[in-house]
This record gives sequence, C-alpha cells and structure tokens, in this order.
Amino acid sequence: MTTSATLSTSPATDGAPTIDLGPAVALSCRECGHRVDLGPFYACTECFGPLEVAYQFASSGEELRAAIEAGPDNIWRWAPLLPVPPGIASTPNINPGNTKLIRADNLARELGMKTLWVKDDSGNPTHSFKDRVVAVALAAARELGFSVLACPSTGNLANAVAAAAARAGIRSVVLVPSNLEQQKILTTAAYGGTLVAVDGNYDDINRLAGQIAAEQEDWAFVNVNVRPYYAEGSKTLGYEVAEQLGWRLPKQVVIPIASGAQLVKIDKGFTELVELGLVDASPYKVFGAQATGCSPVAAAFKAGEDVVRPVRPDTIAKSLAIGNPADGPYVLDVVRRTGGAVEDVSDDDVIDAIKLLARTEGIFAETAGGVTVATLRKLLATGALDPDEETVIFNTGDGLKTLDAIASSVGPTATIKPTLAAFEQAGLV
Amino acid sequence: MSVTVRIPTVLRTYTGGQATVDADGATVADVLADLDTRFPGIAGRVLDERGVLRRFVNVYVDEDDVRFGDGLQTVVPIGSTVAVIPAVAGG
Ligand SMILES: Cc1ncc(COP(=O)(O)O)c(C=O)c1O
Repeated sequence: MTTSATLSTSPATDGAPTIDLGPAVALSCRECGHRVDLGPFYACTECFGPLEVAYQFASSGEELRAAIEAGPDNIWRWAPLLPVPPGIASTPNINPGNTKLIRADNLARELGMKTLWVKDDSGNPTHSFKDRVVAVALAAARELGFSVLACPSTGNLANAVAAAAARAGIRSVVLVPSNLEQQKILTTAAYGGTLVAVDGNYDDINRLAGQIAAEQEDWAFVNVNVRPYYAEGSKTLGYEVAEQLGWRLPKQVVIPIASGAQLVKIDKGFTELVELGLVDASPYKVFGAQATGCSPVAAAFKAGEDVVRPVRPDTIAKSLAIGNPADGPYVLDVVRRTGGAVEDVSDDDVIDAIKLLARTEGIFAETAGGVTVATLRKLLATGALDPDEETVIFNTGDGLKTLDAIASSVGPTATIKPTLAAFEQAGLV
Repeated sequence: MSVTVRIPTVLRTYTGGQATVDADGATVADVLADLDTRFPGIAGRVLDERGVLRRFVNVYVDEDDVRFGDGLQTVVPIGSTVAVIPAVAGG
C-alpha cells in the first residue's frame, strides 16, 4: 500500500509492481479533467471533484460482442469494460450479476402501460445490486494492495462487503446506523466481519468513514478511497439490460437514488455501449426515484437548481436515506440531458407499491424497490413518463431485508384450527 | 490558536503532511483565511473563484455540516474542530 500511495505523481519504476486493472488506464476528475495514475485516489487534488476511471478499450463492435457472449454467466463477462485485472473470473469472489430481466405484463396492465420490464437485482448473492459494485471494488482493492475491505453503509452494502470479504478470506469492517433494519444487521453479522453500529445517520457515518480512511492506509473503504472503481460496477446493470433486450437500449428507465452513483453509472453503461458499437444509438430517458423523506435530488430537480442542498433523512426507505448525495449534481445532468425527471413518493406509497409489485409479478422488493414502483406510478400520473414506450425499472434489493416496512399491513387471511370444518367456516372456499 | 483543523489527504501537501493544524478565527471563513496566511493556496482549494465552497467538499464544525448552519459564516467556537472532507458517494 505504501508504494501505491505515491503513484499519482511518480509512475512505478524501481521494480514496484505495476497496477493492472485491465482496460483502465488512469483516473480523471469529473469536474476539471485533471488526470492521475491509477491508485487509491478518489478526490481531485485540484478541485475536490470526484475521480473516475478512464479507459482504453482493447476492441469494439463484433469482436467485443463475441468475447462478451462467450464470457462467464456473471458480471465478469463485462471484464473487458471494467477496471479489473485479467483473470478476474478465476479469483475467489461471489460472482454477482446476470440477474433476471422480468417482463412485467400484469403490472403493466394495472398501470396502463404497454411494455414494462423489471431488472430484478434482488437475485444477487446478498440480494441487492451492491454485490456488483463490491465485486469490482474488491478486485481493485486487491490489485492496489489493500488488506482490509471496509465501508459505511445504509445496509445493503454492509451485506455485500461482509460477504465478499469472507469469500476472499480478508478482514471486513463495516459501519452502519444503529437504527438499521434488524435483517440487515443480522445478515451482515452472520458473515463474521467487524460490524460497528453507530449512533447517527448515514451522513454522519460517511463522514466518520472518510476520516478513518485518511488514517488507516491499509483499509479499502469501497465507497470512499476505492470509490472510482466501486462505482463502475453499476455500469453492468446497464450493460445487462441492453444484452437481455437483444443488444438494444430501452426507451425509459426508472432508477432509485441514494448517492446517485448507480443512476449515473447505468447511463454511463448505455453511453459506452453506443460508443463501442455494441448497440445502435437511440434516445432514452432516465428517471430518478426518491422517498419524500429524503429527496434532496428531486427537490433540486423541481426547483431547476444544479446544486443539491443536503437534508436530514426521515423515511422508511433506509437504504436510500442519504441526505447529502455526492453524485446528486450528476444525476441532475443525466436526467436533464435525456429528458427524464426525478420524482419523490410518500412512505405510504412505498408500502403500497411493494405490495403492488408482489401481488402482480411475484417479486418481493425492499423499500428501495417500493420507491421505484411508486415513482413509476407517479410519473405516469404526471405525464412525465410515456405509458406506450418500453420501460425498464430497477428492483435493487430484496423485501426480506425490510420486512418491518410491511409487517403491519399484511398477514394471514385467516387463522384457524387444523380441521376441515374450521377451514370451511372461515369462508375460504 | 483557537481551533483545530483536520486536513484531508489531498491537502496535506500544503501542510507539509500534517493531518491536523491549529488556526484562529470566529467563523469558517476566518479560519480558512487564517490557514491561507500560513499555508498559502490552501483556501483556494476549498473555495472556488467566487469564494464559495466548492461543491464536492464538505466542511464540518465539530459534528455539523456547515451547509446546515450559516455556510462560511458558521460560527466556530473556541476549542472546536473544523474538518474538511471530500464529498463521497455512498450506499
Ligand atoms: C437497494 C438499494 N437500491 C438503490 C440504492 C442507491 O444506490 P446509489 O447510492 O448508487 O444511488 C441503494 C444504496 O444504498 C440500495 O441499497
């Protein structure tokens, strides 16, 4: 680690190992374009802007497509487009990805839509899309020489980091709000890493993690000092949707927002596919979904502003409860550039939407999925989203992790004695 | 010196590697101005050309984000800690 910390100014000479992260060639600042060598850097030394991975792709078009299609049945089929070392598929990791794209005809009918798909990322190993970002972060962390995997988390990331570290045989340190859903706390703890419950909200923990990361040079905080690599994992959601649709882009997508990184990277994935000649260029609109109790990006969008004012979150959608979303300004850019919108929905609407998706499609989403479905419904009502254009919504997490959210509004139809008479008396036939 | 300032890694080139430095000032703006007299150029990293906080930097007085307070005019009590931290994405 100590050697790579100096790599931004002096490329490795004196026999120090060079960093091989496949097609990734540098980090570049999203704000001012300043470039640095690959390393454990995340903030621009010139302007504090976020650093992002810059690539030189080895191939494009037919050749690339053939390589992808011949690749493994998980996110590593996209290795030629990710900051991961060659041979990544053969190192121990939890291999997320290639989750189902489910045609949601019943929900579409109920909402008066023509063609609706649910990209169901609850099918990942720890049941959220966070397995994707962590898999890429873990690969980068190893290549950069870190020995501990860490994160501040709203819950799903905690699961993903603890599981990935367990599989990789390294230590994990995870910081979560102490008032998190029990299911997320217990499942994270089961993987055996260090789990710290912090009395504070996510933004407090995020600040603490930033401070710890500055002191513990051996710790890869996946979403802090390894963030540029980590965030790239979300591109695979965009790639997979395009491949699953037969190598083309949908017309509209609805994506939940916490930090906003996922939304921004799905758009980046679509853009790259066009640039690489893997899909034809076709216009698409990106819509963002937030819970009203934590909707700083929706507020900025509606006010026509390009700065996002932080808020103190108060919503049942705890996985999305980031009051100070670092990628908020870029979400606004993407949504405005593509002609989409950001909308927010009440907690009651979230619960209704969880039940709606479960009842119509047999998909049990966590609160983030509820936010997404409820936002879809609201966007249809306001006319922002076209019911006749093909739409993909992203279900990013599993309802089993947020059971409390619906515990008071669902239950058995009847409770009876184990007799046929009781069954008949209950009026069930 | 009235307050402690925590310097993020990306700014430690200005402070000769020091992670914390002392400073004087009644508000965040004063503290940054004071720092800049001893570590010339450091304020220009935190503030943009118009003199406002850059959008990817967070400044905290003790536990509180100054954007919840009065921004650069947020009062910095004697003995408090000012932390400058790059904004980070989450999950
Ligand atoms: C289930 C789920 N969906 C969506 C998100 C939003 O991700 P991002 O922070 O990239 O906007 C999160 C973030 O924690 C999440 O846990």
